[in-house]
Amino acid sequence: MTQLQIEIQLIGIVTAVACALPGVFLVLRQVAMMSDAISHTVLLGIVIAFFIAGSLESPLLIVGAAMMGVVTISLVEMLVNTRLVKQDAAIGLVFPALFSVAVILISRYAGNVHLDVDTVLMGELAFAAFDRWQGWGLDLPRSLWLMSVVLLLNGLLIGLFYKELKLATFDTGLAAALGFSSVLIHYGLMTVVSVTAVAAFEAVGSILVVALMIGPPAAAYLLTDRLSHMLGLSGVLAATGAVGGYWMARWLDANIAGSMAVMVGLIFMVSFLLAPRRGLLALVWRRRRQRWEFAQTALTIHLLNHEGKPEAARENRVTHLQEHLRWKKDFAGQVIRRAEAGALVVRKNGYLVLTENGRLLANKAMTH
Amino acid sequence: MTYTYAIEVEDLTLAYEEKPVLWDIDLHVPEGILMAIMGPNGAGKTTLIKSILGLLTPAAGTVRIYGRPYREQRHLVAYVPQRGSVDWDFPTSVLDVVMMGRYGSLGWLRRPGLKERELALEALNKVDMSHLAHRQISQLSGGQQQRTFLARALVQDARVYFMDEPFQGVDATTERAIVDLLKELRAQGKTVVAVHHDLQTVPEYFDWVTLINVHRIASGPVVEVFTEDNLRLAYGGRVGFLTHSGDDGRER
Repeated sequence: MTQLQIEIQLIGIVTAVACALPGVFLVLRQVAMMSDAISHTVLLGIVIAFFIAGSLESPLLIVGAAMMGVVTISLVEMLVNTRLVKQDAAIGLVFPALFSVAVILISRYAGNVHLDVDTVLMGELAFAAFDRWQGWGLDLPRSLWLMSVVLLLNGLLIGLFYKELKLATFDTGLAAALGFSSVLIHYGLMTVVSVTAVAAFEAVGSILVVALMIGPPAAAYLLTDRLSHMLGLSGVLAATGAVGGYWMARWLDANIAGSMAVMVGLIFMVSFLLAPRRGLLALVWRRRRQRWEFAQTALTIHLLNHEGKPEAARENRVTHLQEHLRWKKDFAGQVIRRAEAGALVVRKNGYLVLTENGRLLANKAMTH
Repeated sequence: MTYTYAIEVEDLTLAYEEKPVLWDIDLHVPEGILMAIMGPNGAGKTTLIKSILGLLTPAAGTVRIYGRPYREQRHLVAYVPQRGSVDWDFPTSVLDVVMMGRYGSLGWLRRPGLKERELALEALNKVDMSHLAHRQISQLSGGQQQRTFLARALVQDARVYFMDEPFQGVDATTERAIVDLLKELRAQGKTVVAVHHDLQTVPEYFDWVTLINVHRIASGPVVEVFTEDNLRLAYGGRVGFLTHSGDDGRER
């Protein structure tokens, strides 16, 4: 690999992990779509800060973007608090409004600046490596410096406030009662999301920022039972998506950011389908098994109810059973075969008789 | 200085869009009693607890815990929210949830350690849940969820406990266990305030009862306050239905 290739992948990895970490809390707090809103509205913050600072390299841009993130959330919450608009609609109203103001400002007053809407949406990772900064004897792409600082900050903040974030995410009421201001934690998290979004979107574009914030955590959520593991795994999956996406882009000769988003999507799909306990296949498998177990239990209960009574001769006859339980013939046949195989019932000249096991199962099901 | 009242609420009024949800509530709760807060759905029972705990901002009135504002007395208060108020699919273990009860005394930034872990295991033992300490919380039954929440309140080692419907949707064994636990807390001189629904169990479970329906109907020892007349005032005509079937309806 050339140095350029390595650098581009490093930018990808650092950006992906920096996005995935706060994303975990967005997913758990069920405000995933806030990242979409924020990643768009930060543009307005950047534009306004650009007009004030007159440069695209000014740190004021990040401040402006972070403030616009907070403004976005405040506006959404103000709308929701009126109870006239639901949250999803409020997001859908606020972010296009702010984003469109930014788009108009750019096209009207900043047409000749390197701030075009395409780059904002799609990012240009391939060129990110050419804009370089020197420091500590290292000559590295500006994006790599920037995203490394953001990653470090995100890791540090989540590490320091892990306990508070966990509590406020799981139980807002208790957090507030114990004196941990939910509002402070919420806005703190959203500021982190805004800063991350603005730092990341230069390299990868605002759409991919959303994919990286939500995709890896959503996949990790299906694979783990602990918050700390979910954070770690989100980082690993995000980095995998970044590297995988880079090579996919090379192979297809396509946009790197887009390929990374696709790769993150694929990773989510795999975990969605194959996650050991929460995946779709595990779910389907469990439902099937439960269906057969339930049918067998129903059969034993039916047999038990009529056992030793005069009507048993009629009710517990194999052929009669199908009509009586309203089961299709094939299904009833299968249930009986499975129950026989499981030693729940035995066949005695055309009748079904419960075994000791079968009686136990029926009794247990009814007393539960 | 000692205060006879664990909880004092005066003229507490809470409005939502100009419509009063709680209207001028006065409460004087002595130390060491088990008190039920009762009233029909929408009477403001949960709202009352939440405004005492400062989770909602009252339009008027004062709340004091052992003579001082709640803000200064957080460390004396434990809170058990409604079981349904949290997401039980959250990726965490039973032990971890119980340890959250220690976060208040840890304060910002300090991490829970071995001591918190031991306290949590001890509390889990008290609610008969130690064998489930490392279980993912999504795998718990309703009764086990409630026991987890109780254990979390126990590790707070408070003097006043606020519980929002601790018996909601739990099986008879768990209900029994919770009642025993409440009585143990009382024996230690602690005060418990619980939102309760089942009128029939009130005399058996509680010493005091506060009946509210937007405003306070009555508050005092069960023998004095838990009368047919007061119940009729609180519940209106529905009291007959309630005494026979109990009510497991949830308050919004």
